[in-house]
Amino acid sequence: MNGKSVAAVEADSIARAFGARRAVDGVSLRVHAGETLALFGPNGAGKTTLLRLLGGLIRPTGGNASIGGQKVPGGPEMRRQIGVISHRTLLYDALTPRENVEFFARLYGVASPREAAVRSLEQMGIADRADAPVRSLSRGMKQRVSIARATVHNPKVVLADEPFTGLDVSGARALSRLLGDLRESGAALLLVTHNIDEGLSLATHAAIMHQGRLIRSGERASIVASEYANEYRDLVAAGE
Amino acid sequence: MNSVIGDALLVAKKDLMIEFRTRSAFLSVVVFALLGIVIFYFAWDSTAVAASDLAPGVLWVIFTFSGLLGLHRSFGVEHAEGAIDGLLASPVSREAIFLGKAGANLVFVLAVQAIAIPAVSLFYNLPLGGVALPLAGIAILAAIGLVAVGTLFSAMAANTRLSELLLPMLSLPFFVPIVIPAAQATAKLLSGRPVVDALAWLKLLLAFDLVFVFACMLAYPFTLEE
Repeated sequence: MNGKSVAAVEADSIARAFGARRAVDGVSLRVHAGETLALFGPNGAGKTTLLRLLGGLIRPTGGNASIGGQKVPGGPEMRRQIGVISHRTLLYDALTPRENVEFFARLYGVASPREAAVRSLEQMGIADRADAPVRSLSRGMKQRVSIARATVHNPKVVLADEPFTGLDVSGARALSRLLGDLRESGAALLLVTHNIDEGLSLATHAAIMHQGRLIRSGERASIVASEYANEYRDLVAAGE
Repeated sequence: MNSVIGDALLVAKKDLMIEFRTRSAFLSVVVFALLGIVIFYFAWDSTAVAASDLAPGVLWVIFTFSGLLGLHRSFGVEHAEGAIDGLLASPVSREAIFLGKAGANLVFVLAVQAIAIPAVSLFYNLPLGGVALPLAGIAILAAIGLVAVGTLFSAMAANTRLSELLLPMLSLPFFVPIVIPAAQATAKLLSGRPVVDALAWLKLLLAFDLVFVFACMLAYPFTLEE
């Protein structure tokens, strides 16, 4: 969010319309290596669409964005830098956690993909279920596997959409630890969540999105959590 | 850095592993193919139409519809838990995804053919001894074309509410240029004519394969646009 060097994630008036509806309406933001931007907003604010735009999963209808200086949507080199965590698991139900994570590790060209998959599953505390079919796991366990899948290649940018969905306390702790480690290693994180406390505890910067626009953004240090939470609640209530 | 072929093999292996685990699509397609052969057999008046005249039509009708049934599941597994987003966000090229999916579908269709061809031979009392190899060649060539077209339209249809309806409606017109030479070449072989008589149809089949594989591979990335 500051002005120094090349941003890991940069959006300049990026917009996406679906027919007449402008899901994302001219959003500009910058997230540098080692920073975490927590993005809050009511349902339908455009947060998921913004992450999909930055992840290159959909094309913008206006403005532009870049990841590590490479234009979005870009080629394999741009996508190699990103890890996408979604509120959906993005897993293959018939495969085991190990097979899922190893498959993606191979696609990302990770050295020793099998070992990397096991390491990633261990980090998320799900290694003991590594060989059970994904369909037999609970929602929270699937989410742990999904996070292991998204981070097995040590991404430079993590786009996380409601990553705490379904996680129990230990899963949430493991995820917070993992995101902290990634940030310390220089990754930039863009975290979409409804949970103000959770988001602010991980963030270096925070922003609120409403009706496709960023209506408030600033450094975490300048934010008083309780006031921010009240402000956010008022905003959501006003939108109802 | 992975190559397109390397990534395609990974995608194909993953798809085949899923099919091997569930076996749901393969079993239903094989049962469908066998039921189709049986129904055609009971509807056949052997005094009016010779087996060698009817069998090629039966074979290619069965392959066309059972292929559609199998191809439908190809992108279904990607959309169930949103796995397609994980795949598209990864550094794998769109062409590799297409080739991988098509490769797995090809193995699937060939496996169905490996069961259906002997079944037709059995029901219609057509000894395949002398023509087994050229017939296998026709089946492989036709399967390549059917799979290329079917994989493309399966990707297009998978994200829609009417995918079961859309896939056959989009695919069947493009299947025609593959099914006609395949059925004609099969008829020539089954009526005892030498392979050389079927060569013109085989060349046509090969030409359509090349056109469809490249055209579908190039068109595939556009099916992913929202």
